[in-house]
Amino acid sequence: MNFELTETQRMLRDTCREFAERELVPNARRWDEEHRFPVEAVRKLGELGLMGVAVPEEWGGAGADNVSYALAMEEISRGCASTGVIMSVNNSLYCDPILRYGTEEQKREWLVPFARGEKLGCFGLTEPEAGSDAAAQKTTAVRDGDHYVINGAKNWITNGTRADAIVLFAMTNREAGHRGISAFIVDLNSPGVTRAPADRKLGINASESCSLYFENVRVPAKNLLGKEGEGFKIAMSTLDGGRIGIAAQAVGIARAAYEAALAYARERKTFGKAIAEHQAIAFMLADMATEIDAARLLVLRAAALKDQGVRHTAESSMAKLYASEMSHRVTHKALQIHGGYGYSKEFDVERYYRDSRITEIYEGTSEIQRIVISANLLKA
Amino acid sequence: MDFELNELQIAIRDTARKFAEERLAPGARERDRQEIFPREEILEMARLGLMGVNVPEAYGGAQAGAVAYSLALTEIARGDASAAVTMGVTNMCAELICAAGTDEQKRKYVPRLTAGEYVAGAFALSEPHAGSDPAAMTTRAERKGDRWVLNGAKQWITSGDVAGLLVVWAKTDPSAGSKGISCFLVEGGTPGLVVGKPEAKMGLRASHTVPLLFENCEIPAENLLGAEGEGFKWAMRALDGGRIGIASQAIGIAQAALEASIAYAKERKAFGRPIAEFQAIAFKLADMKTQLEAARWLTLRAAWMKEQGLRFTREASMAKLFASEAANRIAAEAVQIHGGYGYVDEFPVERHLRDVRVTTIYEGTSEIQRVVIARELLR
Repeated sequence: MNFELTETQRMLRDTCREFAERELVPNARRWDEEHRFPVEAVRKLGELGLMGVAVPEEWGGAGADNVSYALAMEEISRGCASTGVIMSVNNSLYCDPILRYGTEEQKREWLVPFARGEKLGCFGLTEPEAGSDAAAQKTTAVRDGDHYVINGAKNWITNGTRADAIVLFAMTNREAGHRGISAFIVDLNSPGVTRAPADRKLGINASESCSLYFENVRVPAKNLLGKEGEGFKIAMSTLDGGRIGIAAQAVGIARAAYEAALAYARERKTFGKAIAEHQAIAFMLADMATEIDAARLLVLRAAALKDQGVRHTAESSMAKLYASEMSHRVTHKALQIHGGYGYSKEFDVERYYRDSRITEIYEGTSEIQRIVISANLLKA
Repeated sequence: MDFELNELQIAIRDTARKFAEERLAPGARERDRQEIFPREEILEMARLGLMGVNVPEAYGGAQAGAVAYSLALTEIARGDASAAVTMGVTNMCAELICAAGTDEQKRKYVPRLTAGEYVAGAFALSEPHAGSDPAAMTTRAERKGDRWVLNGAKQWITSGDVAGLLVVWAKTDPSAGSKGISCFLVEGGTPGLVVGKPEAKMGLRASHTVPLLFENCEIPAENLLGAEGEGFKWAMRALDGGRIGIASQAIGIAQAALEASIAYAKERKAFGRPIAEFQAIAFKLADMKTQLEAARWLTLRAAWMKEQGLRFTREASMAKLFASEAANRIAAEAVQIHGGYGYVDEFPVERHLRDVRVTTIYEGTSEIQRVVIARELLR
């Protein structure tokens, strides 16, 4: 047992912290207001190796472990949650499945430039009528010679507006239910791909998500990721990792809110003393800090299990469930501590509150996490 | 970052688990009903090394560290929370003497605590009118030649009637506030130490909690523990460690409640299927498990920091606050899942709910933990 970070983990965390402080914190409010995708920041993330943190160096990544990845996600999301999710999708949902299931050739072409941050990836599982119930999807891929022909629609695709490629899930065998789903790497500049305008959202406004439409899109057969019918397994195991990223994002947002609240509470006076000296406020801060620590430990534990190559489905779900709901509570309290100022766009906490809300929804709602956790408990 | 246990930690945990399952759990309900102190079981625990898990071997301890201690206490609490609190207090006293005591005090008293010669130690800090605010204590210790003479009253003293040794706090300089408090070692049965009637409690009924009166109770001068005026500091230090113990106890009780609930939910049918298949129940189980894991890691982290010799005041309070509050929610849900059966003592969960209730109160209420945490945050 050792709760200390290694030298490498600490260095990466500190690099991310400084980067967030310098490049993200000063801009995040404006990016949110203008719904502006942080092009420059994402490019710099790539230069720092942060678009493929846990991808080995030979495949263009930073070659760090998943604990480092979680630490990096927390720091980046503390500075800007939108930047956090852009990074998370490229790392966890795009690079990771290609790293785990891709052939040498696929990795050379579809992993290296993405892990380096030269290109941007996304992940297409959700459909208008298939969210939590991923097996209900309708997108199809039909074999035609040495190609597959893809038809269907995907939505809420983070990075979809700008991504170069997508890890896409489609039915290759409708009768087989979830065993009929396959995964493909699809060039998003292929003929037949249409990108709808970016969604208007409650939060994470500087990240873009959109619907994608596939109309007779021809994908080379060699772009099948894994085997036919393996898609559901690939999607679920990918989400096991993705949930660590989102949980870390939630911790980062919560920390930003907590830090803002702590600073404000020391400053702001009522009834002749700093509000931090009133137990009503001090106790909120104590609860916030306690919950943040609890969530971070769950996140790092899940990441450490992934690093060991051990199955971590339940642990990822627990981390994601707890961290996201914690983030909601903590950002709510941070806004409360700020009073009227918390409701104002002059301060950052209303953004933290809005940004945290999505963490309970994407990459598996809290309800889906509870299904995963309870199924795991009851099968034992 | 490494979340794995080492071999010694696993060995101690497994020893405690086996003992709890075989020797504690089967009799826990009867001891609870009849308020029977588990004397035989406690002595067996001492033989297994559980009364000085984090105490050097030289003084009869297992020298296995604070993490192993937390794991062991969790397992014991899973079997019988009353045995766990008795174990926790004895360990806390032994560790405190190791930290603050003279060589002679350590040699004389610690092995008696760890080996079971004394069935328990007791920690006498609280008073009828000084709980969360221990500096408000009024018990006095006055020097008379080569003796200290103690006068005053203590309250809620776990094992106070069975303890072979009591660590007692008293004012040696009433004008100096918290800096006027000193700590003393008082042997059980010392003339002038009057043990009151055990309290009738909601839970932990197989552990004894008594009020104490000191009426011109004389002890030798060499039984001052630590320097004069240092008592408050030692009390706070001991409580930092003690809070890891209570957090561990809370986790053990919650673990038992969760396990009982899983078993019951798989068995019990409603509307034609096991209730575990209804999301209303399955989601409760998921939340219970998630909170339990979060509590466990907060607690093990605090224990690990203690083991590393790092300052762990904030982390211990976070662990204690979170674990005790979570364990209360978990035990309450366990009763709910059991329905009517949860309300009767044929099933263990009503005992778990009663036992766990005190964990948000003793060794610093949740409110005191928040005071400690906030103070640390605002430092």
